[in-house]
Amino acid sequence: MLANQIGYYSLILGLISSIIIIPISLKNYPHNNETIDRKIFSLSFFQFFFVLVSFIGLVFSFINSDFGNETVYNNSHTTKPLFYKISGTWGNHEGSLLLWLLVLTFFIFLFLVKSKSQPKKYRILTLLFQQTIIIGFFIFVLKTSNPFNYLFPTPKEGMGLNPILQDPALAIHPPILYLGFVGSSVIFSSSLAAVVQGYISKSWANHIKIWILISWFFLTIGILLGSIWAYYELGWGGFWFWDPVENVSLMPWLSLTALLHCILVLEKKTILTSWTIILSISTFVLSVSGTFLVRSGILNSVHTFANDPERGLFILFFLFFLIFLALIVFFMFHKNGNHETVKINFLSKETSILINNWFMMYFLSVVLIGTLYPIFLEVLTNEKISVGPPFYNKLILPFLVPFLIFMTFVPYLKWIKSEFNKIKIDIILLFILSFIVSILLFKQFGFESLMISILIPFTFYLFLITAKDLLSKNKKNFSQKVSHFGFSFLVLSILLNSIFSSEIIINLKEGERFSFQGGTITFHSLEENNGKNYKSIIGNFEIYDDKNQSIKLMPELRIYNQPSIVTSEADIKTTLFYDKFLVMNSVKNNEYFNVRYQVKSFMIWIWISTLILALGGFLSFTKRLYEK
Amino acid sequence: MKNKILLISLILFICFCLVVLFKGLNNSNVYIPETTNKIIKEFKSRSLFSDDEISSEKILVNSDYYILNIWASWCGPCRKEHPKLMELSKNPSVKIIGINYRDNLKNAKNFVKKFGNPYSVIFVDTNGIISIELGAYGVPETIIVNKDKKIIKKFIGYLDDKSFKELNSILK
Amino acid sequence: MKILKLFIIIIILITNFTKGNSNESKDNLVNKISKNIRCLICQGQSIYDSQSDFSISMRLVIKKKLEEGLTEKEIYDFLKDKYGQWITYEPEFNKKTFILWIMPILLFIIGGAILFNRLFVKKY
Repeated sequence: MLANQIGYYSLILGLISSIIIIPISLKNYPHNNETIDRKIFSLSFFQFFFVLVSFIGLVFSFINSDFGNETVYNNSHTTKPLFYKISGTWGNHEGSLLLWLLVLTFFIFLFLVKSKSQPKKYRILTLLFQQTIIIGFFIFVLKTSNPFNYLFPTPKEGMGLNPILQDPALAIHPPILYLGFVGSSVIFSSSLAAVVQGYISKSWANHIKIWILISWFFLTIGILLGSIWAYYELGWGGFWFWDPVENVSLMPWLSLTALLHCILVLEKKTILTSWTIILSISTFVLSVSGTFLVRSGILNSVHTFANDPERGLFILFFLFFLIFLALIVFFMFHKNGNHETVKINFLSKETSILINNWFMMYFLSVVLIGTLYPIFLEVLTNEKISVGPPFYNKLILPFLVPFLIFMTFVPYLKWIKSEFNKIKIDIILLFILSFIVSILLFKQFGFESLMISILIPFTFYLFLITAKDLLSKNKKNFSQKVSHFGFSFLVLSILLNSIFSSEIIINLKEGERFSFQGGTITFHSLEENNGKNYKSIIGNFEIYDDKNQSIKLMPELRIYNQPSIVTSEADIKTTLFYDKFLVMNSVKNNEYFNVRYQVKSFMIWIWISTLILALGGFLSFTKRLYEK
Repeated sequence: MKNKILLISLILFICFCLVVLFKGLNNSNVYIPETTNKIIKEFKSRSLFSDDEISSEKILVNSDYYILNIWASWCGPCRKEHPKLMELSKNPSVKIIGINYRDNLKNAKNFVKKFGNPYSVIFVDTNGIISIELGAYGVPETIIVNKDKKIIKKFIGYLDDKSFKELNSILK
Repeated sequence: MKILKLFIIIIILITNFTKGNSNESKDNLVNKISKNIRCLICQGQSIYDSQSDFSISMRLVIKKKLEEGLTEKEIYDFLKDKYGQWITYEPEFNKKTFILWIMPILLFIIGGAILFNRLFVKKY
């Protein structure tokens, strides 16, 4: 009860601080000294502090199962394990918005503290732009999504949290993801501030790069966690479905990756300034649009947030307010400067980055159009269509081939002239090697799809090239090499996984056995158990392969009481080469169980390669920190 | 000048997106497939109360209108709309045909025994295939078919007062 | 050379996993089609992923149609006739959807033109 009150009033105090910041900053703005008024620091700290207290208040309400709080009532239950009570705080609409505010206020405070060497007016403007976002969210929370609504009389028990969300990966997925795309708010605000000040320059790029790296790193890991959860929890053995929620996290990532590459150019030369600003704006705009798309109920997706058109309306108008704001600032203040007249040498780093951006924007447009088109079509012609994996595969895979090819030599364009003779032999050798590998694979296993047959040699080739670079003695641009290797490894793992995975779906009764080419599945027995807040039925299965080696797999059915849901927990045995994945579902009115056995090749490499990809960004970040 | 044109076209485009998304918010998410004027193909199954196989061809005769009602004993909304079906069954010119969807036979029989049987005949659709051939995707669904076996109207979900009124006005 | 070592590792990796390829091609085809069909009573799942009544019935229908000799395309057409385009995850290419397919490629070409202009056209 007390936590609830503290939380609510702290939130109000936070709003008040965020409003007060504006006149004080405006007053401090025209002064010619280079230091920011201490009051502004204190206020932005208080703003963050009050949101933090409010957030902790909500956490305590969840821990204490204070069902007088409507949010806790809707999303928790006394029998929930403590860890999930806590993570339930942000596993719902209101709490996750509080998380938005937390990250927004934290990042701007951190920005002010860490940017002391930057021009004062630029810093104050960044703060002001960020404040419009923060105040917008404060109003959104307090008016439509208050996490501290009180219920009277106090219910004795809560409505429970969906058990599918009770998973460690999913518990930390939102905070990490938010550090990524909410973090891009600072990039948005600072780029608008820099435009107003005419400060789009090498030193600005140098300074903003760290923020881009931070946002990019967390966004990559956040997406990875979401995929891991989908793979382990949802039971179909897939990790990416082109569901709107997934697309909505991928779009800012694509934009941010393009931006990261651009900023590397801007650090050294004052060109591509307009484009860099556009990318900075679009990354955050995509994040907010994403929030709109998944919370407003406009799209049909697996997302579990309660959908409410009133909230959707608010975010919609706030989103377009931000877009118009950015547009006006851009067109009013941006000077085209000298970049139009600087010729870009073809054999240069700039060309490499431009080609990367060209493809990134293409992939982004595919995902964006695929996600939004059904909405537009339905409003304009009343016809409902679905856009799913076949669309994305057909439009992305063919372009992946030239993209991979470009990646093998484009990062080295600058040195191609001088080094070409030296590396010619290596390149040809590796190329031949990849083709040999592909032919061997093709002969052994055959390929269904022509597209995949074409992709394999180029993916292998890129993989070998990036590996060679990583292992070479030249340690220049090491973090870039790590990330590019991680990326090529990721594409390779996904490709091999999709080609070599297999599955069997059958209905089995207890005691039965099924033979397939490559082995047998035996359904030995069933066991019943009682977990903390569910009853469990465990199936004992044994799978023999053709060498008569066996593994035991024990998938589980969990029958929850609050809410009343049956979930199916897969049993997965992971090795370096494959995951063996078994899931069972009960068939209504039947003693049979629907059993799904999958062999997923190279699954673990998909996760590891993504980590390597993110690691490159992390290394770049620590290098900058170390240099400072 | 070029900049001004770019700016204005951008603003127009963004306003267009805003309007579309705004309208999209108000659209209902319930999906009703377009099925009017489709002709029902023959379907066969056993009857609920006897083991005999019956064919839709033999049942869909002699009436101007038929009402195909897809139901199940485990379906709450079906229970809710049942009284309306009972009332409808009193109309002699209307033939109500039940299709029992993915149900346990004993439970289905008990359901009709307890709440009354408005159906002139009940087809058993244990695996749901008949319903899919009719273009249905859940329970309850009610389909009005005319004497040429054409679908006139489909009601998805339980028959509330408004739908029931509409159904009755079609039957006149 | 380091790269040869890497290559050998890869060859070992590849020859080391089980095939487990089920040769029940009809079942494979049912699964393949099911992955492309939306479960109409679920929130964003295919009938392959979902265990709902509708999904189970649909998989049976698809299997039955395959046994009756329909081709994959005929099955999609059959389902689209019953349920409309929304049920398949692959949008058609027709008057109403050609923009969906063409626009990204158009943007790619425009991007390429801008790039070409920037890199190769002399500026004064």
